[in-house]
Amino acid sequence: MRDSVVGRLTELAQEDQRIILITGDLGFGVLNEYREKCADQFINAGVAEQNMTGVATGMALEGMIVFTYSIGNFPTLRCLEQIRNDACYHNANVKILAVGGGFSYGQLGMSHHATEDLSIMRALPNMQVIAPSDPWQARLAVDFLVEHPGPCYLRIDKSGAGLEPPEEGGFTAGKARVLSEGSDIAIIGAGGILAECIEAADGLKGAGVSAGVIEMATVKPVDVDAILAAARRVPVIVTVEEHSVIGGLGGAVAEVLAEHGCPARLVRIGLPDVYSSVVGSQEYLRNYYAMDAAAIVQRTKAAVAA
Amino acid sequence: MRENATRCKVTTLASKIRRSVVEMTHLGKSSHVGSALSIADILAVLYGEILQVDPDEPSKADRDRFLLSKGHAGAAVYAALAHSGFMPEDVLAQHYQNGSKLSGHVSHKGVPGVELSTGSLGHGLGVATGMAKAAKLQKRDHRVYCLLSDGECDEGSNWEAILFAAHHKLDNLTAIVDYNKIQSLAPVADTLGLEPFADKWKAFGWNVVEVDGHDHADLRAAFANGQPASGQQPNCVICHTTKGKGVSFMEDSVLWHYRTPQGDEYDAAVKELDNA
Repeated sequence: MRDSVVGRLTELAQEDQRIILITGDLGFGVLNEYREKCADQFINAGVAEQNMTGVATGMALEGMIVFTYSIGNFPTLRCLEQIRNDACYHNANVKILAVGGGFSYGQLGMSHHATEDLSIMRALPNMQVIAPSDPWQARLAVDFLVEHPGPCYLRIDKSGAGLEPPEEGGFTAGKARVLSEGSDIAIIGAGGILAECIEAADGLKGAGVSAGVIEMATVKPVDVDAILAAARRVPVIVTVEEHSVIGGLGGAVAEVLAEHGCPARLVRIGLPDVYSSVVGSQEYLRNYYAMDAAAIVQRTKAAVAA
Repeated sequence: MRENATRCKVTTLASKIRRSVVEMTHLGKSSHVGSALSIADILAVLYGEILQVDPDEPSKADRDRFLLSKGHAGAAVYAALAHSGFMPEDVLAQHYQNGSKLSGHVSHKGVPGVELSTGSLGHGLGVATGMAKAAKLQKRDHRVYCLLSDGECDEGSNWEAILFAAHHKLDNLTAIVDYNKIQSLAPVADTLGLEPFADKWKAFGWNVVEVDGHDHADLRAAFANGQPASGQQPNCVICHTTKGKGVSFMEDSVLWHYRTPQGDEYDAAVKELDNA
């Protein structure tokens, strides 16, 4: 997904001189082609994310479309106040690209696990939050980032859902994609972990539970209509994210259901309110923290039975 | 003759800024009058003769950019803008009032001439650096000025920007430090000492000038020094200032970082400024 994002950005930057990519000294190997083809539109800000974001804001206020690039928590939490006060308050055209969404860098430890990024970015006014599920969709999201005037956060995942791109409508900002419909359950997922949702829906079918899958690649603004439509169809809604269950996709869906008085029961699957301190691959950690397909099946069945 | 007129204009502007900030902090019962008085002369020289800005067209593309990073002295910038024609002078009375656009910390929202809202320290220089970098890439000739406080230089984010600006040879950028030697709770030297301060900027690759921050001729010369390409180095003007300058009992006093001028103190301040 990372290569798709940078590849698409390289194509667009060659056509649009306003596009600038600033890295916080990360992206070894990944950014080579961009650097070669768009040398004048590339800056390595060094290991200094606060300044990277301040500089990005300053350049954006001068009419440029500025992408900042780093791993998970570095271009988001390390410089959160620069994002809030500088980029977002001034509605500057700053796009944050964070590689390593969720447990993508699982073996590297807690510092590299991005597990609160969606909720914290979501809380900022003017910010749009996007977590694509496949590399081809991430490319489409980059197109949106360039077109949309204002701050955006793109969460780049190592994993992918493995879906084929549709001819049309592969990504529309703010719109969910209903991948399948069920009569008992709707599973709403964002990011590469959507693969686990799809596998879980198949598994549930074998257990006599009819589950549909909805992809919510735009976590903010969340697709309220899609959530309400699902809540009218089924009694149980399950959210799945490789992220804390607080304030991210599950939080966004919970807000919609509660505020609209939906009777649908909500099950939020994700990282509970803990720091992930276990070493392991993305797959291993999904299993460990009970958010893989098997865990989704198990928790969903329990919810249906309750 | 024309030069004399300009100098007179700057002196008058400095007096008007001082008088306004005392009035504004009195009406708003607000803090930071000492911080605002400290930069009155710097702002007067900038708005009076250095900055290429147009009050009739505040967003003109080739204008110089001025960013107040020490946003808590926003009253002084609002006053400088109002007395330079960017907005009606009577708007200043709205500072700190309910529903006002003039927040205690400087705001760009609905205030013509303000480039950046600040208030949390350590933000302005990074954004100014980005603006200066953009100007270089866009091959535009305007300059970018950023005014910081001394206490603000405790923030590590500034030193990231200082590294960046020197590395990118941003000679179109001027950082101005209001070095009044007093921060929020105590003297700078007793909080986190900055000395040798000028040497630090020089070691980071900046062209540094130290001036008396209340001497208009000194300030003028220092800013003019930054006008031509100064060997491809960004410029730093360290202004040695007196916190609370112009009101004797506020001068060099930690108390007047937060204390608001009321009652007899307000009357005395006004009398002193009006008789100056």
